[in-house]
Amino acid sequence: MSNELKVPTMAELFAAGQQPEVLFWVGCAGSFDDRAKKITKAFVKILNKTNVSFAVLGTEESCTGDPAKRSGNEFLFQMQAVTNIEVMNAYGIKKVVTTCPHCFNTLKNEYPGLGGNYKVLHHTQFLKALLEEGKLTLEGGTYKGKRITFHDPCYLGRANNVYEAPRELIRKLDAELVEMRSCKQRGLCCGAGGAQMFKEPEKGDKDINVERTEQALETKPEIIAAGCPFCNTMMTDGVKHKEKEASIKVMDIAELIATAENL
Amino acid sequence: MEYIPNVLFTLILALGIGFFVRNIKKLSRNIRLGKDVDVSDNKPTRWKNMARIALGQSKMVVRPIPGILHIIVYVGFIIINIEVLEIIIDGVLGTHRIFAPLGKFYDILIGSFEILALLVIIAIIVFWLRRNIIKLKRFFKSEMSGWPKMDGNIILYFELVLMTLFLTMNGADYQLQQMGAVHYVEAGYFPVSQFIAEFFDGFSVSTLIVIERVCWWLHIVGILCFLNYLYYSKHLHILLAFPNTYYGKLTPKGQFKNNDAVTKEVKVMMDPSADPFAAPAEDAPMPEKFGASDVMDLSWVQLLNAYTCTECGRCTSECPANQTGKKLSPRKIMMDTRDRLEEVGKNMDSNKGVFVDDGKQLLDNYITKEELWACTSCNACVEACPVSIDPLSIIMDIRQYLVMEQSAAPSDLNNMMGNIENNGAPWPFNQMDRLNWKTES
Ligand code: SF4
Ligand code: SF4
Repeated sequence: MSNELKVPTMAELFAAGQQPEVLFWVGCAGSFDDRAKKITKAFVKILNKTNVSFAVLGTEESCTGDPAKRSGNEFLFQMQAVTNIEVMNAYGIKKVVTTCPHCFNTLKNEYPGLGGNYKVLHHTQFLKALLEEGKLTLEGGTYKGKRITFHDPCYLGRANNVYEAPRELIRKLDAELVEMRSCKQRGLCCGAGGAQMFKEPEKGDKDINVERTEQALETKPEIIAAGCPFCNTMMTDGVKHKEKEASIKVMDIAELIATAENL
Repeated sequence: MEYIPNVLFTLILALGIGFFVRNIKKLSRNIRLGKDVDVSDNKPTRWKNMARIALGQSKMVVRPIPGILHIIVYVGFIIINIEVLEIIIDGVLGTHRIFAPLGKFYDILIGSFEILALLVIIAIIVFWLRRNIIKLKRFFKSEMSGWPKMDGNIILYFELVLMTLFLTMNGADYQLQQMGAVHYVEAGYFPVSQFIAEFFDGFSVSTLIVIERVCWWLHIVGILCFLNYLYYSKHLHILLAFPNTYYGKLTPKGQFKNNDAVTKEVKVMMDPSADPFAAPAEDAPMPEKFGASDVMDLSWVQLLNAYTCTECGRCTSECPANQTGKKLSPRKIMMDTRDRLEEVGKNMDSNKGVFVDDGKQLLDNYITKEELWACTSCNACVEACPVSIDPLSIIMDIRQYLVMEQSAAPSDLNNMMGNIENNGAPWPFNQMDRLNWKTES
């Protein structure tokens, strides 16, 4: 299946004198993390199926600098940003979509001040738009009536006020969307943000992802839906910690849709 | 002789207000120790935010019980202050109930003050119970011992006493009116204090006058004391919530400001025409300190934030790090910033207005690295704050200092940053392998 993926790079299109409609910013997790790569592929399958004209930067993509910035290394962040902006501006990129809320936030909010002005969308927003334009049709079959709870990624929700796009997609799958005790504006972090993903947690009496997973489990879900590769990892670990991996799956919205469409 | 009370009153009033003005000046000087930031943009949005969040208390109702009680106390205090205006005029001129000629309207005013006063008393009692008997978790974090804990209760006692004095004064007044005492014109409507008046049955006119006068004096002196207590208390938020919500962050919460000093350096480094070996220009300013290690490195808005914090702990109770037992508490970040700023202010007071290095700073002496590194930058604290305080921005500014000035990041983070620098990803993968997922099964 996977070798059927059509993933043009900006360089290839440029050489052929073409300009894609949108750049798919894959991100570091989406490129290298085994779990996140599955999300990347699921999203590409949807893009292929709906004939979206897109390209990736491939080896020309580099970390947005988000984890450096949240760690306090503004210098490294800006070096990364300026380098990426140079590449993107050289290709005349106008619109970007990404499956990572951290990349989304940084590209959308922090790049403009450094000369990178793009219309940036999170993949759930992009998919919702495809749905509204009639390019993507969803059939509920696979998830009809399944209990799905959505974990709000901090950098999508509170940070950028995107709460509805992922929820609408879940509803369109005919699934039963159940909300956790703290959701939307009051959603609890999975514990990965602010570069926590890359370090051991400070001393405490519990890990944040376990706390959040417990909240998710209270809703008795069959699936915990996520919209961020880091949240996905944290929640997957949390579910394992609770020894529930046999009955509860953690899935990205893109994966839900790709599976529902048998892609 | 007959003017003694007027003169005394005017003196006390002048003293109370004078002292208050002195404190406000100190407050404004301390806030100005912060770095300048441009917040002159988007005035209409800023006014709207102030009207909605400070005046309209929009964030308070997220938690309905304390939210509604708080609105009662808040509305009560604003409205009852109209009465203070009358008291002041009466005090200066030696009149009694100078607004009485307003007739029916005056009755309605006094009547509503009384009902509000009663509601305020009920709300205060519930607040007290929540703090002292129910012992709500957010009031019992480690930073809430000693003065902050006392402060919370003192405010409640103050308000309770003021309201009781107000109602007792009215009760005695009402009784005097009934008895047709001279000077006590029949005016006002007393839905609450008429019940207090019943206790005064059988009291002589002179006793009642003493009761009425004592309450009147204690009430106004109490208000002046309370006014001056603000500066030392979390209760300062009743004034500062307004400017603070006005100057609150307007950009998306996820957008952290780009450090301009760093941008300058990065531009020079990336500019192929720049000569890296060129001697710095004569007038080149001293290289700026990156990030913040003390209050003077923060912006004045962040310092205003610190004085505005009402120590309610909504931020801390939503903080994922705090919920899971880490030392980090965003409320403590704000309290520490205020405490350190006060310390710097006192230092300046005793050194003719200049700060003399005291070998201390906000970082380490107040806020530890352990707290700073526990933050997930999730913005839950910012979202929760009812008065638009941004504890996260302070955490991030100090992290910048730790990393860029001291290279003091935890080693895991140093590895991560090393990877970004060398291979453009936080993990040790080769940038040339970035598209391998395409062909992997
Ligand atoms: S941003 Fe940091 S301090 Fe604020 S709630 Fe989240 S983890 Fe706590
Ligand atoms: S920062 Fe805001 S939410 Fe936190 S204690 Fe202070 S006033 Fe309350």
